[in-house]
Amino acid sequence: MTKDNRAIAQSFIDAIPHSHALGMKIDFVGDGEAHMSMDYDERFIGDPATGVIHGGAVFALLDTCGGAAVISHPDHNGATATIDLRVDYMRPASPGQRIRAVATCYNRTRSVAFVRAVAMDDREDKPVATAAGAFVTGG
Amino acid sequence: MVARTPEPVQVVKQRRDDALAAIVAAIPYIQFLNVSFERRGDELTAVMAYRDTLIGNPALPALHGGAIAAFLEVAAVIELTWATAWAAIEDGTLTPEAITSGHQFALPKTIDFTVDYLRSGLPRDAYARATINRSGRRYASVHVEAWQDKRDRLFAQGTGHFLMPDANSAKAV
Repeated sequence: MTKDNRAIAQSFIDAIPHSHALGMKIDFVGDGEAHMSMDYDERFIGDPATGVIHGGAVFALLDTCGGAAVISHPDHNGATATIDLRVDYMRPASPGQRIRAVATCYNRTRSVAFVRAVAMDDREDKPVATAAGAFVTGG
Repeated sequence: MVARTPEPVQVVKQRRDDALAAIVAAIPYIQFLNVSFERRGDELTAVMAYRDTLIGNPALPALHGGAIAAFLEVAAVIELTWATAWAAIEDGTLTPEAITSGHQFALPKTIDFTVDYLRSGLPRDAYARATINRSGRRYASVHVEAWQDKRDRLFAQGTGHFLMPDANSAKAV
């Protein structure tokens, strides 16, 4: 993806108020795949005893990344909406570390796009969370 | 048997409200989402007060799926925490101070969470209630329903599994 495309994709994400509030960044987007990241922020803590980010913030990143993957598919026009999304929390994200998500739209029909996604912190070999879901394609 | 004088109503309410407030205040992300809880006896209703930063689709406009998911997960975790801590709160062994300090108190950890987006979330307040369908020593299964205008017209529902805190680290369990 060219730098221009990434700037366009980032401005698209910035226009989503909730994603903007969570500080989500686009790292790559194209051909049904999206990479996004979110910096650690104390406001996102879900467990005060450990400082671990709330599962809901990770869910929001995976959901946004999944939607970006759907929109980036060459056959896609317009917006999308999540039909359902399941997130499995493999381990707590290490406090202080940025969370990165990679989402792939691995199958599309006329009305539904199927997405898988994974979230990682600095340890790339052990995912923090994985997700699977369905999104709306087209009108 | 000696008849005991019932506790004054305001003492009972204060104890329960203080404990609930301490649980909710301990979690920063609940504040970030602008979620609060209303209590009737032990029944909780989560309320996500509308804010522009909760929007995911500005064109419609509609609430962000991630905000909805987090709201449902928060409602599930608080319901589970509240239900398991209830007896200890009532007999006075779990105080708001102990909850805040975190020494006698631990939160359940989410194993997985699935959200079913039934219709788009409107730019207004949302409500959720969670039901514990299984509560075992090791894990619990919780279902959450969320609505906005009409209670029986859900805009989202969720199911999650939660790892219960270690019985040694949490007196409440």
